[in-house]
Amino acid sequence: MTLQEAKFEYLLRLGDSSLIIGHRLSEWCGHGPILEEDIALINIALDFVGNATSILGYAGQVEGKGRTEDDLAFMRGEREFRNLLITEQPNGDFANTIARQFLFDTYMFFLYEELKSSKDETIAAIAVKSHKEITYHLRHTSEWMLRLGDGTAESHERLQNGLNDLWMFTSEMFDMDEVDTLLMKEGIAPDLNKVKANWEKRVHEVLTEATLEIPTTTFKQKGSKEGKHSEHLGFLLAEMQYVHRAYPGAKW
Amino acid sequence: MSDSQWPVWEVFVQANPGISHKHVGNVHAADAEMAIQNARDVYTRRSEGISIWVVPANAISASSPEDQGAFFEPSNDKPYRHPTFYKIPEGVKYL
Repeated sequence: MTLQEAKFEYLLRLGDSSLIIGHRLSEWCGHGPILEEDIALINIALDFVGNATSILGYAGQVEGKGRTEDDLAFMRGEREFRNLLITEQPNGDFANTIARQFLFDTYMFFLYEELKSSKDETIAAIAVKSHKEITYHLRHTSEWMLRLGDGTAESHERLQNGLNDLWMFTSEMFDMDEVDTLLMKEGIAPDLNKVKANWEKRVHEVLTEATLEIPTTTFKQKGSKEGKHSEHLGFLLAEMQYVHRAYPGAKW
Repeated sequence: MSDSQWPVWEVFVQANPGISHKHVGNVHAADAEMAIQNARDVYTRRSEGISIWVVPANAISASSPEDQGAFFEPSNDKPYRHPTFYKIPEGVKYL
């Protein structure tokens, strides 16, 4: 594997995770539990889509085949997507969405903190910008973890169920393959073990404060690095890509 | 429909350093931290501000409409109270 191939693959992983979780959050538009939270969720969704636009745009340049961010977002099939499995999981109830966001936001917060010092200048610049947004996302979702976890019996139960269901998707966030190792040697990507240690510490702190249990699930679902997804991604893409594919090149 | 929402907080946003916080609207929130976050998301998405204040709406005491005559009308015929004879120095933006 060449450095260029590894970088393209790595950028797809970053960009696709942001794109897919951004799309998932956008499904809350008009359905938020309260107007203010509806707006907050959509703000966050837009941050993710903006981040994906930058990263996939750069991925297209690195690949060097003339593909734009739109080509990458809308003209690939599900086996070509590299987003983490947790990002494509359905919203479920509000507590489930918060559990998913908190687990992913914490990951993204510590990952992008490392990427800010990437030797690839474009990645570092995108990371600096995105890290400010992610800092707010994590603050927002952490607040909700405390409110729901330490709220009523029902909110506690719903949030704990969400965490238990999603826990099996968290381990692949820290798996390192050939792509990660190569880029780590070049100083472009961080050691995910370091990200993992920070993630575990923060997640444990927040869960403890929110009176939640650390899930005991030992089963680990992986596959996103090879484009093997859960059954949910295909439906998401069908909706997300429909307009672009029905009206190729349409602009407004 | 009954109001099942959280308490109302009035939101004040400071647009630039040195000038006063200006009332921009209100949000629902369960407590101050949530009120600040909601205000941030609802009122400062387009670079409107650098600082936010939130105040519980029920902490604000207001004059009532019936007081209008006694409170405000006596000043209508006293234009000499307006400092209209001063020249404002150039360069003073926020007066």
